[in-house]
Amino acid sequence: MTKYIRRAAVLCAVLLVALLVNATRVQVFQASSYDDNPANRRQTIARWGQPRGDVVVGGRPVTGSRDTGEQLRYERTYRNGPLYAPVTGFASQVYGTTFLENAEDSVLSGTDPLLSPLPLWNDVTRAQNAGGKVVTTINEAAQQAAYGGLGDRRGAVAAIEPSTGKILALVSAPSYDPGELSGTGTEVTRAWRRLNGDESKPMLNRAIRQTYPPGSTFKVVTAAAALESGVVTDVDAPTKSPNPYRLPGTSTSLTNEVDGCEDASLRYAFEWSCNTVFAKLGVDVGLGDMTGTADSFGFNNRRLRIPFSVAPSNFDTRLDKAQLALSSIGQFDTRATPLQMAMISAAVAGGGSVKSPYLVERRTSAGGGTVSTAGPRTLHQAMNPATALRLREMMTDVVTEGTGTNAAIPGATVGGKTGTAQHGIGNAGTPYAWFISWAQADDAMQPAVAVAVVVEDADADRGDISGGGDAAPIAKAVMEAVLGS
Amino acid sequence: MTINAGTTVAADPPTPGVRLPRRRGIEFTLIVVAVLLSVYGYCAVGLAKNGTVPPGAAGYGAGLGVLALLAHIAVRLRAPYADPLLLPIAVLLNGLGLVLIYRLDLETPHDPAATTQLVWSTVGVGLFIAAVLLLRDHRVLQRYTYVSVVTALFLLLLPVFFPPVNGARIWVRIAGFSIQPGEFAKVLLAVFFAGYLAANRNALAYTGRQVWRLRRLQLPTGRVLGPIVAIWLLSVGVLVLERDLGTSLLFFGLFVILLYVASGRTGWIAVGLLLACVGAVAVGRLEPHVHSRVQDWLHPFASIEAGEGPNQLAQSLFAFSAGGMLGTGLGLGHSILIGFAAKSDFILATAGEELGLVGLSAIFLLYALLVERGYRAGLALRDPFGRLLAIGLASIIALQVFVIAGGVTGLIPLTGMAMPFLAQGGSSVVTNWLIVALLIRISDSARSQYDGTAAP
Repeated sequence: MTKYIRRAAVLCAVLLVALLVNATRVQVFQASSYDDNPANRRQTIARWGQPRGDVVVGGRPVTGSRDTGEQLRYERTYRNGPLYAPVTGFASQVYGTTFLENAEDSVLSGTDPLLSPLPLWNDVTRAQNAGGKVVTTINEAAQQAAYGGLGDRRGAVAAIEPSTGKILALVSAPSYDPGELSGTGTEVTRAWRRLNGDESKPMLNRAIRQTYPPGSTFKVVTAAAALESGVVTDVDAPTKSPNPYRLPGTSTSLTNEVDGCEDASLRYAFEWSCNTVFAKLGVDVGLGDMTGTADSFGFNNRRLRIPFSVAPSNFDTRLDKAQLALSSIGQFDTRATPLQMAMISAAVAGGGSVKSPYLVERRTSAGGGTVSTAGPRTLHQAMNPATALRLREMMTDVVTEGTGTNAAIPGATVGGKTGTAQHGIGNAGTPYAWFISWAQADDAMQPAVAVAVVVEDADADRGDISGGGDAAPIAKAVMEAVLGS
Repeated sequence: MTINAGTTVAADPPTPGVRLPRRRGIEFTLIVVAVLLSVYGYCAVGLAKNGTVPPGAAGYGAGLGVLALLAHIAVRLRAPYADPLLLPIAVLLNGLGLVLIYRLDLETPHDPAATTQLVWSTVGVGLFIAAVLLLRDHRVLQRYTYVSVVTALFLLLLPVFFPPVNGARIWVRIAGFSIQPGEFAKVLLAVFFAGYLAANRNALAYTGRQVWRLRRLQLPTGRVLGPIVAIWLLSVGVLVLERDLGTSLLFFGLFVILLYVASGRTGWIAVGLLLACVGAVAVGRLEPHVHSRVQDWLHPFASIEAGEGPNQLAQSLFAFSAGGMLGTGLGLGHSILIGFAAKSDFILATAGEELGLVGLSAIFLLYALLVERGYRAGLALRDPFGRLLAIGLASIIALQVFVIAGGVTGLIPLTGMAMPFLAQGGSSVVTNWLIVALLIRISDSARSQYDGTAAP
C-alpha cells in the first residue's frame, strides 16, 4: 500500500504545482493585460483615491479636491470655474478629462515618474505619489478682463507674451462650470446632457478649438508676405491697385468699405483696411510665397500643443488666383483660431519671431519642489526684423488714427488690426468682429502682450468698424490688465 | 469474508516500533508564531484602512491565543506524540482567514461576518478539543462504517428540501443559522470509504475478471463493484439536485484516490476518470447552472465584450493580477469589487491581491504541508483503516484547495466551495477543525510506539 500512497502523494504535489504555475501566469505574466483592461476599476479607483494636484494661476490654486468618502473618493472642485474652464478643462469621474486636466493628468494624479524621488524604488513598492501642481502662465487680471469684456456675447480671447510665447489669457464665452461634471451622481449626468445639448456650446474652447475666418486681420500676413517677397519695397509708394478690383478669371468685383483705396499705399491700405489693395497684393505675391508666409506664422500646423492640442488654422495650398485674392483678405477658406491670430500679432511685436505658445510655466511636486520648467521656444522666424518693424509702425497707425482707435492706451505704444469676417451662405451670417493687437509700455524694452479677440455675434454695422467697435475695447482691457500687473 | 482491520493481515511488512520525540515545545512555539502573525495582519489592516491599530486587536489576539492554547493543552494531554505542525498550520490559516474577513467587513459595514466566523471557529476548536479528548483510538471509527454512510447520505439530501441560495441547493437554514450539511458529510464519507475499502481491499485487489487479458485492467466482481457505481451515481445525483459541482467532484476524487491506494489498480484510476468525464460532460451540457460556469471558465471576459461588465471570475482575475508579485498590502486592495462571494468562495482573491504571489504561494504551501503531514501519518501507520482514513482526510483538504483555488484563478471551471479555514462559512470551519483533530489523533498513533495489537 505504501507505494500507492506515495503515488497519490505525487498526484497531490502535481495539483499543487499546477496551482502555483497558474497563479504565476495570472499574477505575473498576464498581470499587465488584466490591469489595463478597461473593465477593471482599479486604475480608476487609484486615480481618485487621493486628492488631485492643483492647477495654479497667479500663485493661487484655481482647483481643489473634496473628500466624498465614496469608492471614487476625491472629487474635483473649481474656483471661478467658468472663468478658467478653457484652461483647466474638467476632470470628471464619469466623463474623463480635458485640456490641462487631461494633458497634465500624470502630474496632477501623481503617476508621473518625475514626481518620484526614487523612481525605481517606487516601481517596487508601488507607492503612489501625491498629485503634483501645475503652475500656469495665465495672468489672473488679464483673464478676468477678457472674460468680463466678452460678457454675455459669444467669442474668445487669447493673449500671449510676445517675447516668450507664454499664454497670458485664454477665454471662451459662453462658458460653464467644470465642477458640475465632478462626481458620479445623477446631477452629473444631467449637467453633461444639458451642456452638450446647449446650442451655444459652452464646452467648446473657442480660443483654441474653434477656427473662424480671420477677415481683415489676416492682412498682417499678406502685408508681411508682400514686404518679404519684395512685391512692396516702400510702404508709402502707390500699389497700382484698382478700385473696384476684379478677381482674376472672374467677373466678380471686390469693393471697399472706405474711400481712397484706389492706388493707395500699403500704409494707407493697412490703416483703413482696403480689401482691393490686399487682394491684388496676394495675387502679386503668388501662391507659393503666400502659403510659405502663412505657414511660418503657424497656419496648417497640425502638431501645435500648448500642451493640449490646438485646432490647426487653415490657409489653402491649392488655390486659383481668384481664391488666392479672397484668401489674402482672410476670406474664402482661410480660417484661424484666436490663438493663431494672437501669435501673428505677437510675431509683429516681437521682431518677426513666432514663439511656440505655452500654458504651463512649471510643474512641481505636492510639496512645491519644481520637477520641470518650460521656457521660450521659437517656432519660426516668420519675417525679417526690418519687416516686423515696418508692420509695427503700420499697426500703430491703425490705433492712433485708423480703425482701431478704441484700443489706444495712454502711456503705451499699441498696435492693432481690425477685422470683420463674412461667413455663412452668401455671407448672410452676422459677421465676426476681430481685433488683434499688441502693447508696449513707453518705459519698457519689450512689448508686454499680444491679444486676439473675436466676437461672434457683433451687433454693430457690417464693416471693419465692428472689429474696432466690439472687439477692440476688450483687447484694450486685456492689454491694460497686463501692463498694469 | 470480512477482514477485521486492526488485525495483522495487512500486506505491508510491519515497521519496527519507533517512539518519536514528542515535540510539544515546537508546537507551542509555532502556535505563538501563528497567533502573532495573525495579530500582526489584523493590525496591518487597521493601520492601512483607518490609520490606527484596530480597537479589537488585543481582544482578537487574546481570543485566538486562548483557543489555540486550549487546543494545544488538549493535544498535550491526550495526543502527546502528535505531529507538531498540524495544529499551528490550522491556527495560522484560521487566524489569517479571520483577518481577511475582518478586512472585507470594513468595506461592507452593513454585512459583518468576522464575529460570526469567530464564533464558529470557537465551536470548531471546541469540537477539536472534544474529539482529541474523547476519541482515544481512531480504529474505533471503523465500527461506524455503515452508520457513517447512512448519516452522510441523509445530510447530503437534507438541503434538497430547502430553498436554493444563489443558485445552489446546499444550505439548510434553521433559526437564523445557515448550515451546509455537505461539509460534515465529507468526514463521514471519508470514514465510510476508509472502512469499506479496508474491509474489502483484498477482494478489490485480487479477484474479478480481466479485461482484454490485461492484469492492470482487471475489474472486480459486481458485488464489490456495486457500491462504487452507487457512489458515482450519488455524486452526480447530488450535483444535479443541489447544483453543487464542487462537492460531487470532491467525493468522486476522494473515492478514486482511496480506491487506488487500497487496491493498487491503475485500472481504477482509468475507470474513475472515464466515469468522471462522462458525468462531467453530461452535466456540463445538460445542467444550465453548470454549463454557464464552464462557459465563464472558457471565456472569462465574454461578459465584458458583451458590454455587461466583468463577471465574478473576471473580477477575481483582476484582483489576482493587481496583487502581482508582492501584493498591495493588507487592506489596500479592491477585491470587494468581486461582489457577493468575496468573503467565501473568492476569499483567496483578497489574499492574492493584498499578499501577492509570494503570500499566495505561502498559503498554498501551508495547505501542502498540512496534506503532506496527513500522508506522512498514513505512511507511518500499519492498520489499513487508519492509513486510508489519513489519506482520505488529507486528500479532502488537497482536493478542496485545488478545486476552489483552481476555480478562482481560472485553471478549472469555478465551483462553489470553501477554502479550508480561510473562507467565511461556519460548517466548513467546524468540519476542518474536526479533520485536523482526526489527523492529530492518527499522527499520535503513528508517531508513538505501536505494536499493532494493543488498543489503549
